[in-house]
Amino acid sequence: MIKLEKLTKIFPGQKEAAVKELDLEIKEGDVCVLVGPSGCGKTTTMKMINRIYEPTGGKIYIGGEDVLKMDPIKLRLDIGYVIQEIGLFPHMTIEQNVATVPNEKRWPKEKIKEKVDEVMTLVGLDPNIYNTRYPSALSGGQRQRVGVARAMVSDPPIMLMDEPFGAVDPITRARLQNEFLRIQERMGKTIVFVTHDIDEAIKMSDTIAVMREGVIVQHATPSDLLSSPADEFVSNLVGRNRSIKRLHLIRIHEILDEIDRLKPTPENASTEEIQKQLDKSEIRAVMVVDRDNKLKGIIGANDLKQRTGEVAADYCQDVTDTITSDATLNDALSVMLEAGEGYVAVVNENDQYEGTITLGDLLNVVKEDS
Amino acid sequence: MLQNIWKWLIVPLIMISIGAAIVIYAVNNPTDSIVARMVTYERVFRVIREHMTLLLVSMFAATIVGVAAGIMLSRPRLYYVGRVVENIVNIGQTVPSLAILALFYTILGLGFRTAVFALFLYSILPILRNTFAGIDGVDNHIIEAAKGMGMNQYRILTRIELPIAFPIIVAGIRTAVVINVGAATLATFIAGGGLGDLIVTGLSVHRDMIIITGATIAALTAVLLDYLIGRIEERIVRWS
Repeated sequence: MIKLEKLTKIFPGQKEAAVKELDLEIKEGDVCVLVGPSGCGKTTTMKMINRIYEPTGGKIYIGGEDVLKMDPIKLRLDIGYVIQEIGLFPHMTIEQNVATVPNEKRWPKEKIKEKVDEVMTLVGLDPNIYNTRYPSALSGGQRQRVGVARAMVSDPPIMLMDEPFGAVDPITRARLQNEFLRIQERMGKTIVFVTHDIDEAIKMSDTIAVMREGVIVQHATPSDLLSSPADEFVSNLVGRNRSIKRLHLIRIHEILDEIDRLKPTPENASTEEIQKQLDKSEIRAVMVVDRDNKLKGIIGANDLKQRTGEVAADYCQDVTDTITSDATLNDALSVMLEAGEGYVAVVNENDQYEGTITLGDLLNVVKEDS
Repeated sequence: MLQNIWKWLIVPLIMISIGAAIVIYAVNNPTDSIVARMVTYERVFRVIREHMTLLLVSMFAATIVGVAAGIMLSRPRLYYVGRVVENIVNIGQTVPSLAILALFYTILGLGFRTAVFALFLYSILPILRNTFAGIDGVDNHIIEAAKGMGMNQYRILTRIELPIAFPIIVAGIRTAVVINVGAATLATFIAGGGLGDLIVTGLSVHRDMIIITGATIAALTAVLLDYLIGRIEERIVRWS
C-alpha cells in the first residue's frame, strides 16, 4: 500500500541527512509503527508521506501511484493526519473542527453532519454534548479523541499518526490505545504510527520499524522483534525484561477462556452460600452480579464478618477498578498494581462481568513464553 | 437577549448624557460674552462633526492598509522583511503625534487633508503591528494540522490565521482609535478643525469653560469608542 524507496531528506543548512536512503513497505490494513530515539528521523519520514516535508531524494508510492507527482492538497485530503500536539483549531467548535476535511472536500451539509456524529460516537464522545463546545473546554484525553475523529471523518484509507496519545496520563493513554485498536479492527486502515515508546509500539503494531540516525535498523513483527532483535541497539531498545513486554502482545480475552475460575455469586445469595464460595475462592473474595450479569460488587472475608444484611447485595463493596477484555495483560497488571490487589475483574462495555484475572495468570503466561 | 442590549447601552448612555450635560450647561451658563460667543450649539456640533470625520476617514483607511500590510508581511516569503518593518514601526510609534502633523504640514501645507493623512499614517502603526504579531503568534502546530488536512495557503489564512488573530487585530484597532481621538485634537494647529479648535481657543483666551467643554467631549469619545469596539469584539469572539 505504502512503499518508500531510497527516501532521503536533508534539511537546508545541514550536512547530515535526517533520513538516509530509507526503504520501507507497508501492507494494506497494517499498522506500522516507526520507533526510535529522538532525532532518529521517524517523524521526518512520516511527514514526507503527506509531503509536509518535501523529500530531497527517493520515491514514495501509495497504491502504486507516485506521490511526488500528485497535487499535495489532493493527496492530503485522502490521508488522515494526527499530530502530537493535536492542533485543534481553537476558534472552531468541535463539530467544525471534525468537519474540516469534509468541508474542504465540499460535501453536502447533511452528509457532513451525519458523518461527524458517527465518528464522534465512534471515538466515544457524545455528539449531542460535545459538538457545540470549543476545544478549550475539553480535557487532554478528549482533545486526543477529537484529533483522531477529525483525521478519520472522511474515511481516508491511510492515516499518519505522530505520537497521538503522547500528551495524556498513562491510564488515559492505555484506554485510548485500546479504543483505537478496537476501532482499527473494524476499519482496517493502513496506518503509519510514530512513537518513541517501545511499549506502545509493541502494543499497537502489526509491524515495527526501529529507526536510528535516519535508517531502519530492523523491520519486523513485534513478536519477532522481541524474540530476535537484529543487533544490540534493538535489544537495548526493547529492554532486558522482554518477557514482561510480551504482556503487551496478549489481550485478556485470549486467555480468559482458558482460566477456570469460580462463577460469580448472584445478588440474592445467602450468607452460607457466600461463605462456601469464599472458602473455594483463590483470591479470597467473591464477585457479586445482578440478574443482568452486571458487576454489583465484591465480598471479602472481612465484609462477611461485619455483614449488615442478609443477602449478598446488602453488604458487598463497590468495585472501583475493572478492565475490559480487549485490554492487554500489561494493562491488567497496571490496574492490579494501581489498586494494590492481586486480581482484577474483567467486564464488558455494559459493565457485565466476564471473569477475573489474577497475578498468577500473568506469571503463567510469562513462564510459558520464556 | 433584550436585557443584554440594555446592559450594553448603559455605559454609552451615561457617557453621552455626561457630554450632553456639559455642553448644555456651558451654552446656557456662559461666564462672559467671550464664552457665550465661542460655545454655541452650532459651533460645538460643528467641531464634533469635524472631529468624527477626521477620525473615521483616517481610521477607515488605516485599518484597510494596516491589516493588508500586516497580512502581507506575515507571509513566509516576506517574513524577515516583516520583522524589520515591525521594528521600524515600533520606533515610528515613539515619534510624537504633534511632530508628525508638523512634518506633514511642511510637505502638504495646511488643512483638513493634511490632518487626515497624518492621522492615517499614525494609526496604521498599531494596526499593522498587531496584525503581524497576531498572525505570527498562531501556533505552528495549528498551521501544520491545517496543512496536513489539505488546506492551501489562502484557506489557512482566511479560515485559520485571521480568525485566530482577530482579537489581537481588534486590540490594535482599539489602540489606534484611542490614540487617534487624542491626536486629532492637534489638527487645529494646521487648520484641520475638530475639538482642538475649542481647546486651543480656550487656552489662548484663558477661559477654562471652553477648554473643559472641548477636552471632556474628546475624552468621552475615546472611552466610548473603546468600549463599543470591545463589546462588538466580545460578541464575535466566543471561543476564548
